[in-house]
Amino acid sequence: MAVRLDALLYFLLAVAGFFATLICVLIVAFVIKYRRRSEDERPQPILGDLRLEIFWTVVPLGLTMIMFVWGARLFYITYHPPRDSLEINVVAKQWMWKVQHPEGRSEIDELHIPMARPIKLILTSQDVIHDFFVPAFRVKMDVLPGRYTTFWFEATKPGVYHLFCAQYCGTQHSGMVGRIVVMEPARYQTWLSGETAVISMASAGEKLFQRLACNTCHLESGAGRGPSLVGLFGKKVQLQSGQTVTADENYIRESILEPQAKITAGYPPIMPTFKGLVSEDGIMQIVAYIKSLTHEGTQAKK
Amino acid sequence: MNTQTMERRQHYLNVSYGIKSWLFTTDHKRIAWLYLISITFFFFIGGLFATLIRLELLTPQGDLVQAETYNKLFTMHGVTMIFFFLIPSIPAVLGNFLVPMMIGARDLAFPRLNLASWYIFILGGLFTLTAAAAGGVDTGWTFYTPYSSIYSNTNVALTVMGIFTTGFSSILTGLNFVVTIHRMRAPGLTWFRLPLFIWAMYATSIIFILGTPVIAIALTLVAVERLFHLGIFDPAFGGDPVLFQHLFWFYSHPAVYIMILPAMGVESELITCFSRKRPFGYGFIAFSSVAIAVIGFLVWGHHMFVAGQSVHAGMVFSLLSMLVAIPSAIKVFNWTATLYKGSIALDAPMLYALGFIGLFTIGGLTGLFLATLAVDVHVHDTYFVIAHFHYIMVGGAVMGYLGGIHFWWPKMTGRTYPEPWARVAALIIFVGFNLTFFPQFVLGFLGMPRRYHVYPPEFQVLNVMSSAGASILAVGYILPLLYLIWSLRYGAIAGANPWRARGLEWETPSPPPTDNFEVTPIVTEGAYAYEKEPEEVYTFGEPARV
Repeated sequence: MAVRLDALLYFLLAVAGFFATLICVLIVAFVIKYRRRSEDERPQPILGDLRLEIFWTVVPLGLTMIMFVWGARLFYITYHPPRDSLEINVVAKQWMWKVQHPEGRSEIDELHIPMARPIKLILTSQDVIHDFFVPAFRVKMDVLPGRYTTFWFEATKPGVYHLFCAQYCGTQHSGMVGRIVVMEPARYQTWLSGETAVISMASAGEKLFQRLACNTCHLESGAGRGPSLVGLFGKKVQLQSGQTVTADENYIRESILEPQAKITAGYPPIMPTFKGLVSEDGIMQIVAYIKSLTHEGTQAKK
Repeated sequence: MNTQTMERRQHYLNVSYGIKSWLFTTDHKRIAWLYLISITFFFFIGGLFATLIRLELLTPQGDLVQAETYNKLFTMHGVTMIFFFLIPSIPAVLGNFLVPMMIGARDLAFPRLNLASWYIFILGGLFTLTAAAAGGVDTGWTFYTPYSSIYSNTNVALTVMGIFTTGFSSILTGLNFVVTIHRMRAPGLTWFRLPLFIWAMYATSIIFILGTPVIAIALTLVAVERLFHLGIFDPAFGGDPVLFQHLFWFYSHPAVYIMILPAMGVESELITCFSRKRPFGYGFIAFSSVAIAVIGFLVWGHHMFVAGQSVHAGMVFSLLSMLVAIPSAIKVFNWTATLYKGSIALDAPMLYALGFIGLFTIGGLTGLFLATLAVDVHVHDTYFVIAHFHYIMVGGAVMGYLGGIHFWWPKMTGRTYPEPWARVAALIIFVGFNLTFFPQFVLGFLGMPRRYHVYPPEFQVLNVMSSAGASILAVGYILPLLYLIWSLRYGAIAGANPWRARGLEWETPSPPPTDNFEVTPIVTEGAYAYEKEPEEVYTFGEPARV
């Protein structure tokens, strides 16, 4: 991605360099050639030239359209992760980054990732707006309170890279920095199992699911007071209002914190809010658990 | 004209004396001076904040000021420079002085409203200065929520009130200009005979009137959420933080054009005068101003490509942003073509004008980087953005403003400034500016985020270059302040038309009489008829005073 983006950057630099040089050379040349030689000079007026006007309207227009299409294509890709991406959850707060790996390991102000594998980040903030910025990968994304944002990237070389918060977030904004550690896949596996007694995010989510007594209503069979959550993720949900929504991370998060916002058709609006009862990290674990509830194996392992 | 007759002749400066005659004046020319003095004050206050910022950034550690102070410095630098210097600069000073003179009118349509605008501006300025003196504000000039509305512990409400108040001064000035330009043009002065400066002022006024209410609303909502915890922007109270960004940029992007369009107007006056030629493609320059004002209202979302708006919205805003670049490109090409086969003199105003073209071109081209979606993802919120908008606002707007001040100084004061000093200052500003801001493009490419009090050591070399440039730039800005004040007393007597320029404002003595023209001028020819004698362009009809 960084390589493909740099090609576009060089194209832009070439266009900008060409026009900046052209204008400067023309100005200097005209100023020298047509300098005032006598106080009484009175040059003939030149009112304009339609062909020239069309020429210097159409050429920049064409060039900017190339920039637009090229930039939009790469942009579209950045925000549409491949299916096999490794999903990592990030919670930002004044002034730190909290990272949870699906296998359960978590870290602060550091993100360990395997190289040559698409990484999808799911981000949210506990307070103000932050921004996850990795210059080496040419990516950044605002991290908002109250919802998830996502993007993806793939690192091609092992190494340690800067992580910056790019959205001004208060006093220690410039201290909200971290490191991205890109590792060989094998070393990443070793690193993952480095901590003792880690449980996967999905298992942690399952525990929370039981502790908050979600399982008393959301029965697997669908016979409970709430709809079954098995196979829910990624599906279209029919709502009471007649609309349909796709059950993505943002939808599940909203349904936990503001259950009355979108009522599933056929169920009474009786679910209470869990606002204040579960942290952003916890919600991410529950989402991971719900994602793991598939029809095939009821629950995927780790 | 010798000194003797000069002193005897009554004009707007000597018609009455004393502080009251200035504070209660309704003469647009005197009100222009009130603005000139106030915004110069704000410019140097804002410059002081910038100086401290550049000093802090000399080293990667935070050693000069604390993080909180640093955040307040860049916030107050932005607020002061944008709302209290750049936005009023050319419209309220040069526009106030020149709009009636250029169209052959005796004053603006609503002279008392004009004075009221200045008082409102001062009131807003006092609020903001009070907020600064009482501890400052640390949200950034962009006031992003929910940081500004809930989390910041600084004087947000008072600052916001200052900007809110000042907005009314912009709206009233815009209204005054629109009515004046529609209703008070001299006989024979049709729309397409107008100087391009008037077109630019007209386009700017439209933005003042349509855009300013929106930022007033947005900032009021910030204050409401802050004071009453009403859920508008903070999701904790059921609000939407991105909503604020939409409201804010709906005004603040057009506000960029409020700052640059007037400078483009000045540019058209300077280029034509100092190459003694009609502008190449008058209609294209005039309508590109209007096109910028209109399309400029539809591009606000390009500030939010990574803010969490939908990918498709991003694409629409990227496309529209590409389109708004075209009228700017047209202007640059037409100005350059105007030089062709001209009679070019490099007096100080022309140095500013040529510098403007170069710097504005770089600023505009780097704007394309930011409009290109995937590239913006990388350089957004880095020093690349800082460099880009300083090329537009300082390289563009401030250069245009200084060029205009020098150009019309003889008209405003009746005296000329010292030309050699002015040329030296113009060159110092050009060199200092590039040395300050060009390294910041590179810093942004390398990934240095904006608003960073401490930064990784690998960025230090470029930051030192930038700070060194800033010290040169500071000298360049202090020089004109000194020699212009000096010239008020010691400058040579200017005469009505020292540049041998065309334009109604040069057809009346310097300084002009209170009513601008002794007799009503009649215009028989478009602006910039440099190939003709003024007598062939303007005739003077019956006495203006009835």
